[in-house]
Amino acid sequence: MREMFSDARLVAAKDLRIEARSRVLVNQVAPFALLVLVLFGFALDADQRTLRTFAPGLFWVTVLLAALLAVARSASVEHSDDAHSGLRLSGMSPSSVFLGKAAAVFVQLMVLEVLLTLGIVVLYGSEIDDPVLMSLTAVAAAVAVATTGTLYAALASGLGARETLLPILLLPVLAPVLIGATRAFDDALGAAAVDGWAWLGLLAVFGLVATVLGALAHGAMIED
Amino acid sequence: MHGFRVGESVHRYRGGVSVVELRGAVALLGRFPALSGIDLSVDAGETVLIQGPNGAGKTTLLQLCAGLLRPAGGAAVVLGHDLNVERRAVRRRVGLLGHATGLYGDLTVAENIAFWARAAGLTGSEARSRAATAAGLMGLDDRLLSRSVNVLSAGQRRRTSIAALAVRRPELWLLDEPHAGLDQAGRDAVDSLIRDAAAAGATVLVSSHELERVRSLSPRIVTVAAGMVVGDTSAGEHGAAGSDTTGGGSDA
Repeated sequence: MREMFSDARLVAAKDLRIEARSRVLVNQVAPFALLVLVLFGFALDADQRTLRTFAPGLFWVTVLLAALLAVARSASVEHSDDAHSGLRLSGMSPSSVFLGKAAAVFVQLMVLEVLLTLGIVVLYGSEIDDPVLMSLTAVAAAVAVATTGTLYAALASGLGARETLLPILLLPVLAPVLIGATRAFDDALGAAAVDGWAWLGLLAVFGLVATVLGALAHGAMIED
Repeated sequence: MHGFRVGESVHRYRGGVSVVELRGAVALLGRFPALSGIDLSVDAGETVLIQGPNGAGKTTLLQLCAGLLRPAGGAAVVLGHDLNVERRAVRRRVGLLGHATGLYGDLTVAENIAFWARAAGLTGSEARSRAATAAGLMGLDDRLLSRSVNVLSAGQRRRTSIAALAVRRPELWLLDEPHAGLDQAGRDAVDSLIRDAAAAGATVLVSSHELERVRSLSPRIVTVAAGMVVGDTSAGEHGAAGSDTTGGGSDA
C-alpha cells in the first residue's frame, strides 16, 4: 500500500511538472473555460438576475468541458512517444499509475474551479452564501471528474480514436456529477432552495466509487 | 535444447536454463498474425541477434518477450513466467528499447532518466548513482542533461532513451534497432552497453539490420521471416544460411 501511494506520488509529480513546463492549463484550458463563461453571458443577454440563477449549472458545464481538455491532455502525454509502454514495463502497479494521473488532473481542476469561481462572481454577480458547502462540493466533484475521466481516457485509448471517443464516453457518465454539483452550488450560491448537503453526499459517494473502481479496473483498461 | 519449468528462480537461469522459451507462439496485431508459430529458446547470459526483412515480426517478437502482448497460441515462457498468465511479473524484469523513445518531451533529460529510475523502484543515492552512470555511458554531459527533450535531436533523444533503459539494469534486454539514428560515438556506446550487460550476466536480444556491426556482439543469429524463425545459426555459420532465409520473408 505504501509503495502504491509512493508510486502514485511519483506519477502525479511528473504530470504536474509537465503541466508546469508546458503551461497548457494556464495558456489554453483556463482561457477556454473563461471564454465559455463569457459566451454563456452573451447567450443569456447579460441579464445578471438570469445569470445568477443559472450560474451553478453554467459553472459545472464549463468545468466538464474544460475537464475534457485536461483529461485528454493527461492521456496524450503518455501516448505521444509511447511512454505508456514504459509505464507498463516499469513495475509500477496500474492502480498507482491511475491514482497518480487522477491526482494530477484533480489539482488542475481545483485551480480551474478557483478561477471559474472568480469568473462567476465577477461576470455573473454571484454571491457565495455557504463557502464551506461550496468548497467541499468543488473538491468532491473534482475527485469524481478526475477519477472517472482518467479511467475513461484509458478506455478510449485502447479503443483508438481517443480524442473523439472520450467526450462521447465520458460526458454521459458524468451526468450525475453535473446534476449533484449544480444542486449543491444552487444551495451554496443561494440560487435555489435545495438541500445542498444531501447532493454533496451523493457526489462524495460517486467520487469514492469512481476512485476505487478506477484503481481496480485501470490495469484491464491499459492492457492490449 | 534446454529444459525449462514455469516458476523457476533466476538463479537456475545462471545454470543454463532458458530465459526465453517459445514453442509455436502466435501473436496477433489486431487480427493479423504478426508471429505465426515461432520457436525460440534463449539461455541466460546469451546475446542473440534477431534479423529479418521489414515486416518479418522482429518487433512483435521483442514485444511478446517483454510481456506487452498476450500470446494468441502456443507456449511462451519468459524468465520462468508463462506469458498467458504472468505478464506483469515479466515486465518488471525486462527492458525494452522500441522504435519510440518513451520520453516526456517537456521534461529535461535528467528528469526523464530520474523518473524512469524511480519508476523502477530505485531510490535516493542508488537512483542518482545509476542515472549518472547511464548518462555517462551514453555520452550525455551536463549541458545535455539540463535540456528539455523537446529541443534534442533525434540521436540525442535515442541516447536519452537508452540511458533511461540502462538505469534499470534489466535481466533481459530487448533492443529493437538500438543503433538507429545514432552517430558513430553513439553506436560505439550502445555496443559497449550490450557487452557490459552480457558480461554482467544479462540476456540480450538485439533486432538489427546492421549485420556487420552486430556480428561482433552476437555469436548467435536468429533469422525471422513471415512471423517464424527460419534460421538459427552461429555467426560463423551464418554467411550461407542467412542469405537463403532472409530473402523469402514477407513484408506484410
